[in-house]
Amino acid sequence: MSPGPDVDTTLEQVAAVAAEPSDKPKKLSMVVFSGDMDRLFGAFIIATGAAAMGMEVTMFFTFWGLVALRNGTSTGRTLFGKMLNAMTPKMIEKAHPSKFAFFGMGRWMFNKMMHACGVTPLKELRDLAIQLNVKMYGCGMSMDVMEIPQSAFVEGVQDPVGVGFFLSEAQESQITLFI
Amino acid sequence: MNDVNPDLDLDLRGLLCPMPMVKVSQNISNVPVGGVIRAVATDAGSMADIPAWAKSTGNEVLKAEKEGDEFVFLVKRVK
Repeated sequence: MSPGPDVDTTLEQVAAVAAEPSDKPKKLSMVVFSGDMDRLFGAFIIATGAAAMGMEVTMFFTFWGLVALRNGTSTGRTLFGKMLNAMTPKMIEKAHPSKFAFFGMGRWMFNKMMHACGVTPLKELRDLAIQLNVKMYGCGMSMDVMEIPQSAFVEGVQDPVGVGFFLSEAQESQITLFI
Repeated sequence: MNDVNPDLDLDLRGLLCPMPMVKVSQNISNVPVGGVIRAVATDAGSMADIPAWAKSTGNEVLKAEKEGDEFVFLVKRVK
């Protein structure tokens, strides 16, 4: 039985649908909850790597993760906000490792060791990610709670979003991570 | 394979993950379609990363070989 014109049309439609996903870039969505230096390294190495591989990358920074976006300015309206500001790092370079922190000694030591190996510093990885068009968002709720306004973030960070936005991004993603 | 004339030479010696792959990706648009990048890296991970990058982005690795302490790649821009 020879395929009729309607079969040809159907085949063409199927081929069109099959070809569609490959034209669309693959997507990676990440929640960055941690502000630990070592975890942030993981997050930004994956993000820059994925962007280099042609993926669209969304990073959603919440709670301690917000340090990765901060530009060093002091924040806090209330007493608690000011306390939090005084006791936590104000920029990515000051993030402490999750283990071996020792009031900054750990960071100093790891930075020395990584520099000796030629690892790209954390701040440069973050800036590279922005340059590679990785979309970075602060979580509006944790920004409010921790009294960190958008003006305390480096340039290139998108306006604050909520969980709905993250979920809609995650839904379209082939890879989702919580760091 | 060694007779391929690269359009661009990339020195990736001393760079660690993810930089060798990122540099290749940033430079692929600097060669014409059909053009070849010759990259030399010292990061062992790049032996897996650069072919994986090429697979994902639809480019072609003509060569990925260890030469002494270095890893030498010929990457062809397909599109």
